[in-house]
Amino acid sequence: MVKWTDKERSTVRTVWESIDIDELGPEVLRRVLIVYPWTERYFGAFGDIFTTTAILQNPKVAAHGIVVLRALDQAVKNMDNIKDTYAALSRLHFEKLEVDPDNFRLLADCITISVACKLRAEMNPQVQATWQKFLQAVVDAMCAQYY
Amino acid sequence: MSLSDKDKSNVINFWSKVEPKASEMGGEALGRMLTAYPQTKTYFSHWGDLSPGSSKVRKHGATIMSAVGKAVRNIDNLTRHLAQLSDLHAFQLRVDPANFKILAHNIILVMAMYFPADFTPEIHVSVDKFLSSLAWALSEKYR
Repeated sequence: MVKWTDKERSTVRTVWESIDIDELGPEVLRRVLIVYPWTERYFGAFGDIFTTTAILQNPKVAAHGIVVLRALDQAVKNMDNIKDTYAALSRLHFEKLEVDPDNFRLLADCITISVACKLRAEMNPQVQATWQKFLQAVVDAMCAQYY
Repeated sequence: MSLSDKDKSNVINFWSKVEPKASEMGGEALGRMLTAYPQTKTYFSHWGDLSPGSSKVRKHGATIMSAVGKAVRNIDNLTRHLAQLSDLHAFQLRVDPANFKILAHNIILVMAMYFPADFTPEIHVSVDKFLSSLAWALSEKYR
């Protein structure tokens, strides 16, 4: 279980509260697909996601970005039990979706960068370190049910 | 993952915006790396003060960013341009090359922070590829 100081808890909550999921969700997933194009392999059902223009305009990408960030909310609400919170999602991503877990790390980096675009200097080095510690716990939980 | 002509022009154009703030951004990136990835501190323990604002961190960050800028100007021949720096990192500093990726992430984050409107996903991917190519050239002499 990951240990959190009070300061870390409030930092994660503050960062999360400054995020508009409907705005950031689409941006994050678009960034992942554009910066790491091999991630397209997981979204065959989304139609055209093979050019930057298509990705930026694709409504399914936008909608799914929101789904992903909504799931992150669960981790914010359950910081002391992220592993159990994501057990079912981890199993799903391994058994059914067959996602290479290195992609979770890529997504986490894109989330951090999109948040940095929004918060700018407010995301000072300490805030960045705490936020990345939090996302690492999420990534670890998402990998936990792979066997 | 080699750099296309479009990648090169994206990097060169974006860098012209970054250039005036490059020193400051380098210090920022290095400070964040040392804070968010404590394992990287092992290479700088002789500095004493490794806090983000410290003068040694800011100065060295500026040095690194200046080298990145030179690499931008030599984007067509990174391996040859970085040969000496590769020797340095391979034989004297012996920095685990996995750390180049970590520093690249922090440089990218600082770029996004300073230029949120310009650091679109298209620019992001070109810069990411450039920094990967730079890291590759820097690790050329390792083994």
